[in-house]
Amino acid sequence: MINYIIRRLLLLIPVFIGVSLLAFSLLRLIPGDPAKSMLGNKATAAQLQSLRLELGLDDPLPVQYKDYMEDVFQGDLGYSIKSHDSVLEEISTRLPATLELSVVALIFAIVIGVLAGIISAVKRNSWFDHVSMTGALFGVSMPIFWLGLMMIWLFSVTLHWLPPSGRLSVGVHLQLITNIYLLDSLLTGNWQAFKDSFEHILMPALALGTIPMAVIARMTRSSMLEVLNQDFIRTAHAKGLAKYLIIFQHALKNAFLPILTVIGSQFGFLLGGAVLTETIFSWPGVGRYVYQSILSRDYPVVQSTILIIAVLFVLINLITDILYKYFDPRIRYD
Amino acid sequence: MEEQYLLKVDNLHTHFFTKTGVVKAVDGVSFSIRSGETLGIVGESGSGKSITALSIMKLVPNPPGRIVEGAIYYNGEDLMSKSEKQMRRIRGNKLSMIFQDPMTSLNPVFTIGRQLVETVRAHRDLSKRQAEARAIELLTLVGIPDPKQRLKNYPHEFSGGMRQRVMIAMALACDPELLIADEPTTALDVTVQAQILELLKRLQEELGMAIIMITHDLGVVAEICDRVMVMYAGRQVEFTNRIALFDHPKHPYTWGLLDSIPKMEKEKRRLQAIAGHPPDLRYLPQGCYFADRCKQATEECKMHEPTLTKLDDHHLVRCLLYEDIKVEST
Ligand SMILES: Nc1ncnc2c1ncn2[C@@H]1O[C@H](COP(=O)(O)OP(=O)(O)OP(=O)(O)O)[C@@H](O)[C@H]1O
Ligand SMILES: [Mg+2]
Repeated sequence: MINYIIRRLLLLIPVFIGVSLLAFSLLRLIPGDPAKSMLGNKATAAQLQSLRLELGLDDPLPVQYKDYMEDVFQGDLGYSIKSHDSVLEEISTRLPATLELSVVALIFAIVIGVLAGIISAVKRNSWFDHVSMTGALFGVSMPIFWLGLMMIWLFSVTLHWLPPSGRLSVGVHLQLITNIYLLDSLLTGNWQAFKDSFEHILMPALALGTIPMAVIARMTRSSMLEVLNQDFIRTAHAKGLAKYLIIFQHALKNAFLPILTVIGSQFGFLLGGAVLTETIFSWPGVGRYVYQSILSRDYPVVQSTILIIAVLFVLINLITDILYKYFDPRIRYD
Repeated sequence: MEEQYLLKVDNLHTHFFTKTGVVKAVDGVSFSIRSGETLGIVGESGSGKSITALSIMKLVPNPPGRIVEGAIYYNGEDLMSKSEKQMRRIRGNKLSMIFQDPMTSLNPVFTIGRQLVETVRAHRDLSKRQAEARAIELLTLVGIPDPKQRLKNYPHEFSGGMRQRVMIAMALACDPELLIADEPTTALDVTVQAQILELLKRLQEELGMAIIMITHDLGVVAEICDRVMVMYAGRQVEFTNRIALFDHPKHPYTWGLLDSIPKMEKEKRRLQAIAGHPPDLRYLPQGCYFADRCKQATEECKMHEPTLTKLDDHHLVRCLLYEDIKVEST
């Protein structure tokens, strides 16, 4: 197991090189003059020349890559050509915001999806099964922006229950430690900030979590149905075990492997969906940052952010693979 | 004098209500078993052996299955009137069951230690430590070497025979008075089959429990059963003790079953199964269910349903051939 993890971590090196090459070439593959494309047609020759110098665009490609990697390993992710803010600084406040949103969305998706799937499987063909599976059918094809706007219209504009945007209300103070607001407010025992940031995250997390929730619910149901028909479930009944133990321990642990695969596959979706969700709910995360940077052709920002997201993605996959082992002792890693 | 029975099944009917019709899987079966006794239930595939056993455990898959009629008494208690919660206290405790396929009957994602401990703790008020000690005791009892280490292993780390031993250990966790074994050796290699049978025999002598041995192998019956019920199409067609079954079997179906065991002296002879198939349990014929395949069948057999006839104190048979005999002798 330890060997496996070390091996997987070593594998990160070629993956990292590949991803960095990709992010690197993004900027260099722009046809024509990248500096011109970034600064627009109105830029003066002097401005273009200074940007070229700043980005080292006149050096040979291998030298540029070497310089870039050196910078990355020194923690220098470059500067925005628009705002001249440090990308590292931006990301260090925005990445936690995106992580918080994605994790809360995923928690909603897993808790509600798995529970609905279990109940549907155990009470097959009941009204609950029909309602939740019809809901899931709509859920998987739900456009996030439409759902998000409807939620804002209903819960913010009409009912005034929840704030439509941002992470924290003006006037609520929170001492930041990790930049994950829910966590920080818990760490500092700030109940007011916890409640406020929870109210802010509720709608965007539900909007972002709906599709994964629907996918997880359907997978849980079919996986549970299959497991509940297995011989060892009959054995568990014959042993006189309580029904909840049989469902939540014996059946669920067996049914969880395909559910876990689905959950792992939803991370990619979450990161993509975060772009939309963050835009609709003005959530100051990485998704919105990349989106705006692409629109404004702020390539150094795009380049570094993609690198970070890709590395994150590979790490999450590693964690999913390790969890597999927990759920299925038959899996061998050698 | 009224005999004391451990289990008494009376006129059991278990049907499956499927889209294509009612499957009469068990249709009027009655039998009883005394403490310490071994009862064999034999019959071809689909004759209702497993459903009879599951009915006793009240574990018939529902829907589509349901016990529609009959009574089951265990230790003088009426199981039919028990709630699911009350049944849970009986199952795995004083009444346990083991299944055909030890490969699939154990939960693959839990260690066998955990599966043993949870069984013990479901019925006994023991600490985890005490339950573990009991688990080690049980594994020793069923002949698994190095039991303490083995507790930490998962089912896939055991061979088929060893897994069936684990299943047996689990069934014995709370000293059952009756063990229902549903074809416990069918899925195993021949040599392993003999070992498991030996083990069950030994355990029965040591622990004194009663066993219902479900099998389609008359060799198993010869090995360990005191009395035998032969089933066909959801009904018992013959019910007698082992000696009578092999010495003077009465039902033509039993003759067929006996003919189909390969004899030692002519080992090479092909296994001679009874020609034809059992009837579709949804559309049962008028008259004797076996008439279609029976060499002795007359026109009469296809018209009249035979009743279970008592030939002597130890021999019941359901066949028109003997209804005359009974009439003559009484
Ligand atoms: N879930 C079910 N739905 C419908 N019919 C069923 C169901 N389970 C069992 N049956 C029917 O009940 C009949 C008896 O089945 P049972 O499993 O008791 O046979 P068996 O004697 O144990 O056979 P085998 O030797 O193959 O184990 C079969 O004909 C089967 O088709
Ligand atoms: Mg069976």
